[in-house]
Amino acid sequence: MSKKLFLLVGVIASAALIAACAPAPTAVPPAAPTTAPAATVAPTAAPKAATAAPTAAPAAVAGACGTLRILYWQAVTVLNSHHSQGTKDYDGARLVLEPLAATNPRGEVVPALAVEVPTIANGGVAKDLTSVTWKLKPGVKWSDGTDFTADDVVFTWKYGSDPATATTDAGTLDNVKTVEAVDKNTVKVTWKAPNANPYEAFVTGLGNILQKKQFEPFMGAKSKDGLAQIPVGTGPFKFKEFKPNDVVTYDMNPNYRDFAKGKPCFSAVTFKGGGDAASAAKAVFQTGEVDYAWNLQVEASVLVPMANAADSKGVLGAAVSPNLERLLVNRTNPDPTLGDKRAEPDQPHPFLSDLNVRKALAMVINTTEMARQLYGPAGDGTCLVLNTPLNIVSKNITCPKGDDAAVAAANKLLDDAGWKKGTDGIREKVVGGKTVKMSIIYQTTVNALRQKEQEFVKDAWTKLGVKTELKSVAAGVFFSTDEANPDTAGKFFTDIEMFTNGQESLDPTNYLRGWTCGEIKTKAAKWSGNNYERFCSKEYDDLYAQMTKETDPAKRSEFAIKMNDILVNDVVVIPLVARKSVTGWSKALKGIDLNGAWDSEMWNIADWTNK
Amino acid sequence: MNRYLLRRVLIAIPTLLGISFVIFAVLNLAPNDPMAQFALNPGIPFEVRENIRRSLGLDQPWPIRYVKWIWTLVSTGDLGYSFNSRFPVAQLIMLKLPVTIWVLGSAYLISILLAIPIGIISAVKQYSIFDHFVSAFAFIGFSVPTFFTGVLLILLFSVNLHWLPFIYDSTLVVKDTDSLIKLLKQSAMPIMVLALFQTATLARYVRASMLENLPLDYVRTARAKGIAERLVILRHVFRNSMLPVVTLIALGVPGIFGGALITEQIFRVPGIGSLVISSIETSDTPVIMAVNIVYALLVVAFNLIADMVYAFLDPRIKYT
Repeated sequence: MSKKLFLLVGVIASAALIAACAPAPTAVPPAAPTTAPAATVAPTAAPKAATAAPTAAPAAVAGACGTLRILYWQAVTVLNSHHSQGTKDYDGARLVLEPLAATNPRGEVVPALAVEVPTIANGGVAKDLTSVTWKLKPGVKWSDGTDFTADDVVFTWKYGSDPATATTDAGTLDNVKTVEAVDKNTVKVTWKAPNANPYEAFVTGLGNILQKKQFEPFMGAKSKDGLAQIPVGTGPFKFKEFKPNDVVTYDMNPNYRDFAKGKPCFSAVTFKGGGDAASAAKAVFQTGEVDYAWNLQVEASVLVPMANAADSKGVLGAAVSPNLERLLVNRTNPDPTLGDKRAEPDQPHPFLSDLNVRKALAMVINTTEMARQLYGPAGDGTCLVLNTPLNIVSKNITCPKGDDAAVAAANKLLDDAGWKKGTDGIREKVVGGKTVKMSIIYQTTVNALRQKEQEFVKDAWTKLGVKTELKSVAAGVFFSTDEANPDTAGKFFTDIEMFTNGQESLDPTNYLRGWTCGEIKTKAAKWSGNNYERFCSKEYDDLYAQMTKETDPAKRSEFAIKMNDILVNDVVVIPLVARKSVTGWSKALKGIDLNGAWDSEMWNIADWTNK
Repeated sequence: MNRYLLRRVLIAIPTLLGISFVIFAVLNLAPNDPMAQFALNPGIPFEVRENIRRSLGLDQPWPIRYVKWIWTLVSTGDLGYSFNSRFPVAQLIMLKLPVTIWVLGSAYLISILLAIPIGIISAVKQYSIFDHFVSAFAFIGFSVPTFFTGVLLILLFSVNLHWLPFIYDSTLVVKDTDSLIKLLKQSAMPIMVLALFQTATLARYVRASMLENLPLDYVRTARAKGIAERLVILRHVFRNSMLPVVTLIALGVPGIFGGALITEQIFRVPGIGSLVISSIETSDTPVIMAVNIVYALLVVAFNLIADMVYAFLDPRIKYT
């Protein structure tokens, strides 16, 4: 019995968008929002030998670009990124708060508040990997005019590592033993154990530095009161006005370190939130009401013509991301008659524990076609678990094509394994005196795109003689950790489930831990851990243990690839689509280096211009 | 009269308590989880998630949380903190209310001002071309959902004609004619969508009520006395017909504070409706509770006001 409470008010607006109007060819001048004249500011500092700034015209003047209008279909609710509820909050904060180093779309760590990225070669990373020393840029000021120092970094660690503060990115500080200010501009991070990833703490938006002076009174349990604080930052902009669940406005920060070099070019930013992705796409491509629209998760057949139309006011950008849409294959028996034993690790699945069955199910799905039809620019079909960065992408695997030959091969595989079609056309086999029928319950979240993917997969499996029953659960319920709720992804009381996930940083160790035996979700562990499939393999666990000890980056990558190969060859998951971040921006906007994976899309907003 | 008022107010207290309990129970028995958005992130370990849950007070059973919630509300008037933004809920609502009242209030006012004359005329001139036209219009008005008219208007006025913006800018401050025009332009479409729907419903009501009164004896008497037809309609028929209409209008007023869920979402109007939607999506119980309880309070209050207005419209009604 599943209790269904009709709480969610479905916003069906997008459904009505099919009327893909033919835009009247009225002569509309290209969006020229606010024309800020080339300001006459005394050239205080002649541009120095440009330090890796790809855009800036020589005589750039900060604030010359006018107002930048950004639209997210989820609104910012928290300004202090350490209490972020999601990407939107990290991105909204990133205009103001900065980490010591950022990660660019190529997966390279680049300095932000630090002078350089510490490595073993430059002596920043200790040879035994127990500590990292960061040199901070001298002369950096907070937007209130006070000095940014090593004390602020130390404070950020103290703030974030206090469990009572309950920050959402506390995980990045887990391995930190202590953070010390060596001098005003030098910080030393010491790890609890040798750490092969020196960029775990204070890098990317997860490691934004807070001002000690401002947040010291709000440590620990008092952090709740500190959320009403408008954070002071070191970034190119400073907060002006904040309306939670609606809009954030920013002014340029005259204390920004590159202000004299003409950064940022925009004098103000509005960061509007709310609505839906489909109309956000309209706003950037058709009406030009905004200059930048985030995460345009709109069906390819609607999005692409809109972006490529002759009178489109924007361009579409897609950036590689680690996010993978995939099928999770349950290794345990979700039969409700098992009671408390349901889907426990000692209850093998009646047919999904057979490797041939899993292989056959994976072989027949044409992921390339699925991605082409349903995702377009927003994703590519894949059969790998790790699809980015390049150093961990396996070259040992040939993806099945999902064509007629594959269907025939899969059928033969099942025939040979003793799974014969019954009178109803469904494959079955007598296992332990009982007839097991290949009947799959396949669940995912309520989402128009996902329901189409379900149909696509169901069609493919029908060709195998596998019966598939589709189930969809509201996302808020599906990802709930409520122990009383039987429909969660964590309990996985179905045979197959589907959702997107991916590693959260360049280093996939954390993500790969999710398939070790110790992470198996069980009733006793209250379904914590990340091993949804309840897959357990000594070989995999050994590789994981070796990887955590290994410090040589090349060998670490090898381990990651080996683990990827196990997950694919053993069909622990069936990868479908390697997703991309799809964003639209005005044709006038330049300097965007779209970051879909490792850091905020706003990571280089100081370099954006419309000149 | 005073005793009647007192009695009504006293009855309202258990009603409101009951409403708040039922909503709280439903929200907490529902299988939603404010932590759901963190569930997938391998960067947020289970311990961190549980820690956040504790910091929100969610580690206690819901009946205890209900008692705490209602006690804080009654003793201090504090509606608590939003799980999502950690803003005080009261502050959050006050931030959204002006926009909602502006958009929904204007739409409501416009629809009342349009519906009453339209209703009267189509009743007096029953089966005329005007009446047929209005009836057809009304049926379209209340049978076409707002999410459809909303998107239709966007396609017409924003995408094709480029006349109106469809993203509501709440940071706009009205200080001169230019900014006033901007405000009117950005509010035009949501107000139109809402007014269309409400005018249609109200006009049908006014018409029906007028038609019920027109053939009655007192109308004939009035005409027989030689009163001008205009006065018969406005002073006699209209006043009597207003009784049910007043209830409808009064009970619609709390709706203005409740926000328009779909319309606000389409036009990105940052009002109560969009607040409720995003709070439901993230299981932000304190916000949903607060909006509902304020709404319930207003419904009870406006019920009472409607009853008071009856006494004014119909002197035969006396409350004791």
